Amino acid sequence: MSRPSKIVIVSIGEVDAELLDYLLLVLAASFAVPGLILAETLDPESCYDSTRRQYHATQLLDRLRKFDRGDGARILGVTEVDLFIPIFTFVFGEAQVGGPLALMSTHRLHQQFYGLPDDRKLWLTRAEKEATHELGHAFGLAHCLKLDCVMRFANSVEEVDLKPCKFCQLCGTRLSLGSGSTLAA
Amino acid sequence: METDTARILIVDDEQVVRDSLGEWFRDEGYEADTADSAKVALEKLAAAKWDIFLLDIRMPGIDGLELQRKLKEAHPEAVVIIMTAYASVESAVEAMKQGAYDYIIKPFNPEDLEHTIRKAVERKQLVAENKQLRTKIDELNLLHEIVGTSRATRRLLEQVAMVSASDTTVLIRGESGTGKELIARAIHANSARRYMPIVVVNCGALSEGVLESELFGHEKGAFTGAQYRRKGKFEMADGGTLFLDEVGDIGLKTQVDLLRVLEEKKIYRVGGNVEIPVNFRLIAATNKNLETMNAEGKFREDLYYRINVFSITIPPLRERREDISLLADHFLRKFARSMSRPVAKLSAEVEEILCRYEWPGNVRELQNAIERAVLVCQTTKIEPQDLPLNINHANEGPPGRSLAEIERQHIRRTLEETGWNIYRAARLLEIDRVTLYNRIKKYGFKREAVVDRRTESKAS
Repeated sequence: MSRPSKIVIVSIGEVDAELLDYLLLVLAASFAVPGLILAETLDPESCYDSTRRQYHATQLLDRLRKFDRGDGARILGVTEVDLFIPIFTFVFGEAQVGGPLALMSTHRLHQQFYGLPDDRKLWLTRAEKEATHELGHAFGLAHCLKLDCVMRFANSVEEVDLKPCKFCQLCGTRLSLGSGSTLAA
Repeated sequence: METDTARILIVDDEQVVRDSLGEWFRDEGYEADTADSAKVALEKLAAAKWDIFLLDIRMPGIDGLELQRKLKEAHPEAVVIIMTAYASVESAVEAMKQGAYDYIIKPFNPEDLEHTIRKAVERKQLVAENKQLRTKIDELNLLHEIVGTSRATRRLLEQVAMVSASDTTVLIRGESGTGKELIARAIHANSARRYMPIVVVNCGALSEGVLESELFGHEKGAFTGAQYRRKGKFEMADGGTLFLDEVGDIGLKTQVDLLRVLEEKKIYRVGGNVEIPVNFRLIAATNKNLETMNAEGKFREDLYYRINVFSITIPPLRERREDISLLADHFLRKFARSMSRPVAKLSAEVEEILCRYEWPGNVRELQNAIERAVLVCQTTKIEPQDLPLNINHANEGPPGRSLAEIERQHIRRTLEETGWNIYRAARLLEIDRVTLYNRIKKYGFKREAVVDRRTESKAS
């Protein structure tokens, strides 16, 4: 797998423009590579499961492949639809460890999803954590058991809130060395 | 579990389930492996020690239910979690009846799955811990604490063994200090009730009202000062043993109440109106002659017959002198270890003194004497001067005439024995250091070495 050269953000379906701008800004800084938002978007409808009324994450991830030019870019699909994989009721996102594809949903990051009043700032913060987490995989990082690492696995939005939006020292070092997957093994 | 990492075996014929779950568990820090059929799972049983099994209920060939039965046969402590779809929840219920720990419905809510697994791991750890503790309790049968080779001791051990196997009420008789509580604890430790508590109540130490509340517990507001509801000793001993020491000191009213509890196995808390069933084995002890008390009307006859089902009499130490050396040696090793002192043995002269002495305070007095001797002993061997004065000079009569004279000489001797170590001397005399200091001044004792030095410094 080629060394990560840039981050390409692709919106899947209708996505809040401010969210995309915010993610571009923070992710480029966090991973220290250039970033861009593609004008072309991806229609998720072919991955819709009418029984579950959710979108199949693995299939969507596969559909993102068409944006890969083989130039080392890491492609992050961002969507507001609800994602699932067959064995789980939902997932926040999915990614290929070592790249190039990553996917995240903001659907369950909204306070309204849990019957609470909207909190836009919190929503953006959560989205930043999940985007960093999924891209972290695409940059070669595995899950981390440390509490103070964004690569910690989160099963619920509470766990997303608990973890910080930064890499622990070890994951940070792995990232800067650009050989996350080797070290993570 | 030997390590903190739980080992999980996932058995499912669907590859996507095996792969996703395996990866999920590994990400969560568990050790996970998969099997695509019951046959493969059974083969993997021998390869490693698994803590948790996740079984799909519907599989071709041997299904989840049958696999669970086979697993439980081979490993009765296996924690099995059944995976099922909504359509087959009924079979999951069946699996639970057959001993599955829990079931989870596909697709899994990641949070629920995490919670279920964490609970299962905790349970597995608790079971392992419980097993370990039971083994420890089994080892702590206390029989080794009953020391002696005399006929009386051997008979005592036989009686303990005999009565432990049953649930009979036991009455232990013996002079003060003969070890009645030790015998009660040994009976409990060797009985089927050993994993449950033994609750000790010293009836002689409590006034009638307090004893009643101690035994029966009380409801909030039952009497002035009863600010909280409190469980009594009868309830606390539930499933275990209740040891009533000094049972002869119980007042007549409480005797009636106790008799009723023993007969009905039910109690009411003081100030309460709810009947509470109790289940305990009673061991009572006394140093009094209950028959005489009975004749004098101080101890109820019906209660006497109720508790005197199996009677064990511990003979006083003076009647089993052949045990004294062994006991002394046992206590010597015990205290040398607990006080980290290099005392290894008793001198021949000490052994002779110990065997000659009458021991009115029985084993407890011997134990205290040896404890004191280990404390003051300056070498590795206990010599006569290390023993308490009443034992060392048992046949010599008191050192002085007046009480003050006896006190003066006793304090002086103790100071000499301890090399004027005020801490040790005060502890042996069972007085505080200020009192000791005042006595030293009163009797004008002076430590010679100190006096010499002062004189020297004045002279220079």
